[in-house]
Amino acid sequence: MLIGLIVAAILGPLYVWQNNDRPSAKRYGLGSAIAVLGAAVTPIAMGQCAFAAETTGVDHLFAYTLMAGGAWLALIALQSFFDRADGKKSESAAMTGEIRTGGFRMGWWVPWALLSPTLIVLIVFLYLPAIQTFTLSTKLTRLGAPKSVDVCFGNFTELFITDPWKLVAYPLIAVGLIYGARFWMNRSEPGTLSRKGADVATVVAMLSVFVALYAMFSPGGGEQVAYRPVYVTTVIISVGIVAFGMIGGLAVAYLAFRRIRGGSLYRTFLIWPYAISPAVAGVLFFMIFDPTAGIFTHTMSSVFGIDVPNYRHNAFMAQSAIILASGWKILGYNILFYLAGLQTVSHDQIEAALLDGASTWQRFVKIVLPALSPITFFLLVTNLTYAFFEVYATIDFMTKGAPAGKTSVAIYEIIRVGVNNGDLGRGAAQSVLLFAAVIAVTLWQFRTSGSRVSYGGS
Amino acid sequence: MAGAGLSPGVQKKTFFRGRQWPYHLSLTVTAVVIAFPLLYAALIATQNNTEIFAFQLTPGSALKSNFDAVWFGRDFAGAMWNSTIQTFVVTIGKTVLSLLAGLAFVYFKFRGKWVVFFFVLVTLMMPTEVMILAMFRLVSGFGWQDSMLAITVPFLASATGAFLFRQHFANLPSELLEASQIDGASPLQFLTRVIIPISWNVIAALFVIQFVYTWNMFLWPSLIIRDENKQVVQVALQTLTNIDGALTYGPLMLAAIIASIPPAIVFLLMQKPFMSGFAIGQNK
Repeated sequence: MLIGLIVAAILGPLYVWQNNDRPSAKRYGLGSAIAVLGAAVTPIAMGQCAFAAETTGVDHLFAYTLMAGGAWLALIALQSFFDRADGKKSESAAMTGEIRTGGFRMGWWVPWALLSPTLIVLIVFLYLPAIQTFTLSTKLTRLGAPKSVDVCFGNFTELFITDPWKLVAYPLIAVGLIYGARFWMNRSEPGTLSRKGADVATVVAMLSVFVALYAMFSPGGGEQVAYRPVYVTTVIISVGIVAFGMIGGLAVAYLAFRRIRGGSLYRTFLIWPYAISPAVAGVLFFMIFDPTAGIFTHTMSSVFGIDVPNYRHNAFMAQSAIILASGWKILGYNILFYLAGLQTVSHDQIEAALLDGASTWQRFVKIVLPALSPITFFLLVTNLTYAFFEVYATIDFMTKGAPAGKTSVAIYEIIRVGVNNGDLGRGAAQSVLLFAAVIAVTLWQFRTSGSRVSYGGS
Repeated sequence: MAGAGLSPGVQKKTFFRGRQWPYHLSLTVTAVVIAFPLLYAALIATQNNTEIFAFQLTPGSALKSNFDAVWFGRDFAGAMWNSTIQTFVVTIGKTVLSLLAGLAFVYFKFRGKWVVFFFVLVTLMMPTEVMILAMFRLVSGFGWQDSMLAITVPFLASATGAFLFRQHFANLPSELLEASQIDGASPLQFLTRVIIPISWNVIAALFVIQFVYTWNMFLWPSLIIRDENKQVVQVALQTLTNIDGALTYGPLMLAAIIASIPPAIVFLLMQKPFMSGFAIGQNK
């Protein structure tokens, strides 16, 4: 633990040096102190349990990762404090949407009174459960039982492979690939062969993140929990829903955005599934795919002579059915946004793209897609959130995680472990992993939406 | 993104040049394909099991008995009522709290505003689902199991709503405030007499989004509400998968359709203000 604190004390001033316009001895000292404080929060809160006797390298690894995270967050907070002190207030004022002239001049308590109902609900029903999720994840405790045992990182380490060196190496390789691809991208000119190589490298680097996570999660065996299958199922179903929903949504929107007679009526008939619930989507597709009474199985065998396996016993069929039902439900939402987005693309450009038959596809790729990239990016994140959480109801009606957990995605597994098996601690640990995934996606959204996506026309 | 609304009239009124019938045809086909699951469910809802297993493609004879099984046999009406109360409490409560928060963010200067803003912003990446086990324990600890409080109070505040109004208010002309300050209006009078009358589009957009979101909620009520009489409609559908020990398709499909009527009506009735308010919400 001491090593971690010393490293934080050294890296703190380095961060200040990197990000500060006016570094001074005082600020370096503050950076060092704050980094140590941030790093010390988690080990102290957990009673330094990860450094007790009988802990493994994996325990230490988790502890150091949390210390690094704590130091990093503390430094970010310090930096924003410095920025305010340096008079970079304009940005934050624009962010909070302050009006330029005055505002109400009343007692200091008035705005707090207006905000208090919102803040109380957010504290009691979001911040408090979030903190409790973290504390629960370090315990073994049964639902409804008052007793609990502290297990430190035990609920987490059992989800991962046991070799600490591999656990360090895999994410480092993925991060290295991402920075390498970004470096290559910055060095290459658009339109050259080198840029094409950089594009490929970027895709490979992104995929390497998924591969690294696959390798890090435990395949099971011994005392380990087989979390790798849950990860694979979650990735397959999420990617399937997002791809189906977004490509389908864009295709239909591109068909429907033209100004023709009765256009708004068509639009209503295309976007209404937005109002359908994930549970009802599950019920409707439960009927279609039902092995005995459903129209799908019947049509396939009586018209095409194909005997379709029961989707509740066949992994591929089960996953496809879930993807189809969820993708269908989110289609309306995507069409709605893409229709709004297509209105902002220059009409002349689109008509040129439509009329020039020979290269319609090329023009679509070169003009329409880039113009839609902010919407695409926004939808990517919302669809991903949908695929992570809302899919629960659809799965519960169609497959209940069957066959053999092949449709048990992360959120379904959390409820199965935490509620149905009553194992709150283990369920909470899985929740923390999903939480980390959501935070990663959101941060990626915040960073990317600021820099790389084209906001042409807005 | 000016003029991003879907309402015609914002853009020039030229219809697409060229032959129109291929587009009418392909749009009709697409609409039918998208509607297929619902049309199929509507067909099944009129049939009894014999007709279903015969794959009869015409309306069956059992609509009345299916309805009786759903509405009276399983007290689906009770579940619809529970969902209605839940949805109106959450939707109206959330709109009011979001309006107040937006008012405080835009029309007041106070120490620590930036911290509060950040505090609310962070909740955007805290979906209820990832902390659902802790929340289950917490809310059970309040003794709110099987109570309407459990499915309304936790959802009364939202960062989305607060930020939607904050952004909308910030784009309103500041002369509005000056004028009403000269008149000596209080913040609440300013809100109810000046702001709300010109903000119905944004309010409608939030109303539709929150109505659909709350009505369609499944996971949380399925955990915290165990008493069938207190259950909301999405979860109550599950009791219909099995009637008298057998799988009954007709009542289930009919119930699914009935459960979808309220959000569909709200969505259709408020489509226009929703679209324009939604364009404002997108206008960063």
